[in-house]
Parts: sequence; C-alpha cells; structure tokens
Amino acid sequence: MQAAEHWDLEIKPQDNIFNLHLKDVWRYRDLLMLLVRRDFVSFYKQTIFGPLWFFIQPIFTTIIFTIVFGGLAGISTNEAPKPLFYMAGITVWNYFSECLNKTSTVFRDNANIFGKVYFPRLIMPLSIIFSNLVKFAVQFLLFILMMAYYLLKGDNVHPNIFILLFPVIIFFMAILGLGIGLIVTALTTKYRDLAFLVGFGVQLLMYASCVIFPMSVSNGKYIHILSLNPLSGLIETFRYSFLGTGEFYPFAFFYSITISMFIFFIGLIIFNKVEKDFVDTV
Amino acid sequence: MSNTVIKVENLSKAYQIGEFSTGTLSNDIQRWWSLMRGKEDPYLKIGETNDRTTKGESDIVWSLKDINFEINQGDAVGIIGKNGAGKSTLLKLLSRVTSPTTGSIKVKGRIASLLEVGTGFHPELTGRENIYLNGAILGMRKKEITKKFDEIVAFSGVERYIDTPVKRYSSGMYVRLAFAVAAHLESEILIVDEVLAVGDADFQKKCLGKMGDVSKGEGRTVLFVSHNMGAVQNLCSKGILLQNGKIIFSGASDRSIEKYLLSNNNISVTEYDKVRYGSGQIKVIYIEIKDKNGNTIDQVYSGQDFDIVLHYQCPIPLINVHLIPGIAISDKFEAPIILHHSRLNGIVFKKTDISGSFIFSVKKFPLTPSTYNITYSIYDSGDCIDSITNALSLQVIEGDFYGSGEVAPSSNAFFLIDGVWNKN
Repeated sequence: MQAAEHWDLEIKPQDNIFNLHLKDVWRYRDLLMLLVRRDFVSFYKQTIFGPLWFFIQPIFTTIIFTIVFGGLAGISTNEAPKPLFYMAGITVWNYFSECLNKTSTVFRDNANIFGKVYFPRLIMPLSIIFSNLVKFAVQFLLFILMMAYYLLKGDNVHPNIFILLFPVIIFFMAILGLGIGLIVTALTTKYRDLAFLVGFGVQLLMYASCVIFPMSVSNGKYIHILSLNPLSGLIETFRYSFLGTGEFYPFAFFYSITISMFIFFIGLIIFNKVEKDFVDTV
Repeated sequence: MSNTVIKVENLSKAYQIGEFSTGTLSNDIQRWWSLMRGKEDPYLKIGETNDRTTKGESDIVWSLKDINFEINQGDAVGIIGKNGAGKSTLLKLLSRVTSPTTGSIKVKGRIASLLEVGTGFHPELTGRENIYLNGAILGMRKKEITKKFDEIVAFSGVERYIDTPVKRYSSGMYVRLAFAVAAHLESEILIVDEVLAVGDADFQKKCLGKMGDVSKGEGRTVLFVSHNMGAVQNLCSKGILLQNGKIIFSGASDRSIEKYLLSNNNISVTEYDKVRYGSGQIKVIYIEIKDKNGNTIDQVYSGQDFDIVLHYQCPIPLINVHLIPGIAISDKFEAPIILHHSRLNGIVFKKTDISGSFIFSVKKFPLTPSTYNITYSIYDSGDCIDSITNALSLQVIEGDFYGSGEVAPSSNAFFLIDGVWNKN
C-alpha cells in the first residue's frame, strides 16, 4: 500500500464552501446546451403559434400598460413614445423576473432528477438563465423592430453611445436574477415560506423598478429609495441608451453592478452549501 | 499500485426524522455557527443505530454507520439487505446524490450510477433528443453519444419510433430506450439499483446479460443492489450484506446470500389456540423453517433444500398410536398447491415423548417467488389431533433452481419442474 495513492474523486462530508466545482460545470457544458434546447423545443411543441407566443405576452402587456399607466394614470414617459417606453421596460424586466422566478424553484422542480443522478447542480439554474436569454433575444428583436418603426416615423427616439453598455446590462440583470433565485431556492429547501414571498414579491418589485415610469418622475423625493433597488439603475440605463430619454445616473448604475455581483456571490455560496444534501430535506 | 478502485472509510450518514431543524432558531444558529467553523454538529447524537422497530431517543437515525470496505477493479459486487438496511443510502452516497455525514469515499475512475432509468426524460421530446439529453445528464459528452448513437438505438429496439415524442411510447419502449442509454455509458465503475425490476422478462434478461458483459467481458467494476437473489447470484462474485446500517458480512456472493436469508430469522411461533382444531393430545407450539445447515430462516428461494420443523408438546406421552403429520401449502388466494403427509412415504409414528418435533425435509423446492401459506395437521388413524390452517406464511424468493442462472418468469409459471432437454 503506497502512502500517496492517486484518487480521481473523494467524497467527503465537509467541503470548502468556496469550492464551486467550476471545472465540473465546464465538463458538463454539453448538458447545459441540451437543457436549453429542451426548454426551447418543449415550449412550443403542440402549440399552434409556436415560438410566436414569445411575442404575444410583451405585446399585450405593452398595450395594457399604455392604456392604464400612460392613458388613464398619465404617468410621464419623458416624451418618449409611450408604447416603446413600456416595451423597453417590459423586455428587460421580463428577463429578470423569469430568471428569478424559475431559479427560485430549481431545487423543488428538479428534486426528482437531483435525487437520482449527480451532475453539477449549478447547471440547472444556469440553463434557466440561458433558456431565458433565448426568449429574451426574441423579445428584444420585437423591441428593435418597434424602435425602428418609431425612428422611421421621426418620433422622439435617440439611441446613443450608451448602447455599448447593453451586454453589460443584460449580464448583470442575469446574475442579479440568478443570485436572488439561488438564495431563495436554497432557503426554500428548508423554509417553504420564501416561495410564497417570491410569488407576489416579484410582481410588487416591478413597481419599484422604474419599469412603468422613469426615475426622473420621482422628483428627488423618492429617488434615493428608488436607486437603492439595483434594478432601477439597470433598467433606466437600458432605456436611456436606446431611447435617449431620461438620464444616465452613473452612481445608480455602478451601485447596481456592485450589488448584483455581491448578491450573485452570496447566492452561489449558499447554493453550493445546500446542494450537497438538499435531497435529504426537500 | 493496488487495484482498489473504491475505498470507503468510516462512512456514516445520519438522517433527521420528523421535524426538520433543531426546534428553535437559536439552536439552528448555534448549529450553523459550529458547522461554519468546520466543527461537528452539536445536535447529532452519536451511536444510535437505525432500527425501525424501536423508537429512538433522538430524531436522528444513522442510516449508515461506520461502513468500511474496498472494491477491486473488475469486481461485480452485490449489495444486499432488507428494506431499510442502508442499501439505497449507500448508493446515494456513492453516486454523489447526497453527501455523507462523516467518513469518506475515494474513487478511481468515472462513476456512472443508475438509480433509475430514464432520469430527465422529457415526454415532449423525441427518442433521439432524449437519448442526447439523458446521456448528458448521466455524464456523457455529446460526441460520445453521437459515436454510440446507433448502438444505443439498436440495443433499445425502437428504431422505428426514434423521431416520435417519447410520450407516445409504450412504457416498455420507454424503459428499453432509457436502459439502452445507461448501458452504453463509458465509465469504469457502474452502480445499478434495482432498475431491472421493470420491463418484460426478455428485456430483463437482455439487461442482465449486458451487465454481465460489462463486468466479466469489459473488466469494469459493477455495484449491484437488488432483492433478486437469483440475479445477484448470477451476476456478482462478491457480496456485501447490510443490516441496520452496518456491514454484517462481506465476501463471496453465495455466502452473502446465505447470510442474508439467515438474517431474517424471526421464528414463527403459532400461539393462537382459537383457530386450532383437533382433539389436542398433541399441540404444535411452533414451526421453524431450517436450511440445510440447521439455521432458522423465514424466506426460502426456489430450488432450496430445507426442513419444515413442527415442534410439539404432548403432556401425556402417547403410545400405540398411528401418527401421521402432514403439511399443505396454498397460495395467497387459498388455492391448494401441495399436500404431503408421512403415510405417503409409508411412515407412521407409533409413539411420542413429552416434547419433540416432526421434521419434513424438502428437496429442491419447486415454487416460484410469491407468498404461500402453510397448514399443518397431525392425525391419528383418521382422527385429527392437532391442526392449524394457514399457521405460517412462507416467503419464496427467486433462486437458481436449474443451476443455470436462468429464472423462469413467475408471471408465466408458479411451479418449477425438474426437467432437462436433450436432442437426438
């Protein structure tokens, strides 16, 4: 018996919580791709409109918002065309909220698979982020078409250099949604209460996230509270870069990025801690 | 270099039963704090074993306790034990579905575990799509699957429906496809739970054959958990017997199976006098089933040699009688199957002592797995002295009746005939 024998794998009870097994995740990248494909394909199987459904939801939401918030309530959109203004907010918001909603139930939804076979658990939430990215891309295309229409019409739409921040915004939207989702799903394995909170919490959060109104509408009164919400900075920047209305708030933007990263890392660590034996508690 | 591929050291796994969390938030926080510092959980009580029949003092049961074993390359090891012995927990730990409470498992090479076939199959996707998805979940790379795709489809025998959504498959086809994917995993170690309990007899045989190839032909290591002793006997060279979370035997598979059957030694005492029939000069006080080494068992396998022992008491010893003890075996629907009494062998017993036993020796038990009832009776020249209907239930499990490893499907036969085929 040699003193130092080589073992490919060692299964131990306590692992360093900062060991995220990223190498494993990389090894399973094919699975990630196949899961994204599964989500996409199974979404429209046996439907008449197929992928068209990706369009229908934002279009109807935009119509309703335009009537209710734009028409009835008369909330300012900073001179931007109302439908485009709402569409911009809805498109990015949807991406965030879907990421959050889906990842926050990832343990419960996949308890069966997780209980039967090992693969890096992080693959599942990641696949949700990417699946939703596909959906987002489709909806974003709709937004671009609509923007092109208003541009040609000569309306008050001024895309600008901040468009370069677009990938950054989407990236941080994703990791913020993922981060919160991971925390929630990890905690709900033990305390189910959080699942209920997320259900309506996400809905309420939309009203505090500059989706249906610009940040400037708060007139300095609530602006500090609003900018505490990391989503405000991201959504406001997105809208500013594509529509040219409103303002770019550097502080809010960098604050959003920092908070998103922080929440994401907390989420990763908690998830990593729970994933190893959540099967016993769920 | 030793050729140990799996080394399990002091492995334990505790489960909490009943309410989760320690009860109060402050205890939860205290526990969390000590775990964060890498210390042991102060609320885990060490030393309780997993015994369902007695109520434990704490809410924690040790599903596995201080397990140690090593498995060499190319071994086919059967893990056996009663329900709740810790087999599934051991599999879960080996396949990394959950993590141990203490101890460690060291592994050389890739592990593929099959706790279930068809994990992650999506009903809306086609057979082809599901092969890729399921393969990837089990740890295969996409190009590996592509390489083996034709082989998988051929093994499953569902070529015609490969582009049909699997929700349209019959359950048999579904299982075939799922097993086919799993059987083509490229891993050095294969862990299989009782997934073979599905599918028709033909396909089960094909699966067992494939697993045999895997362990014998390809030199891969196989860990197999099953209640099917026939399959374990046929497939495995070694056995690990678990009981209440501990290893009570580890060695050759035949010996393990023997020990397993022995470990169920609950002596069947028949004390219910109200259903007793007869004049009562002799009373059978309990019935035992003993294997050929004289050990009490409560399960027998098809093809086993064993004794049914009727222990009797007779307060006034009888002389000049013509005693004929007999037994009858009926199935669970009370249909009579077997009757045997001593006069059939030309034997009558002329006297008794105060106590003693009548022993009925069975050679090569011919019934297929099921639960049967044993009725006994003792007659004295036509008068019933003692009899209890359905005095004892007899559990029969699969066994290697023909010594060939083949098992007749119990769905098609419940009686095994000792015959052999020849050709002229």
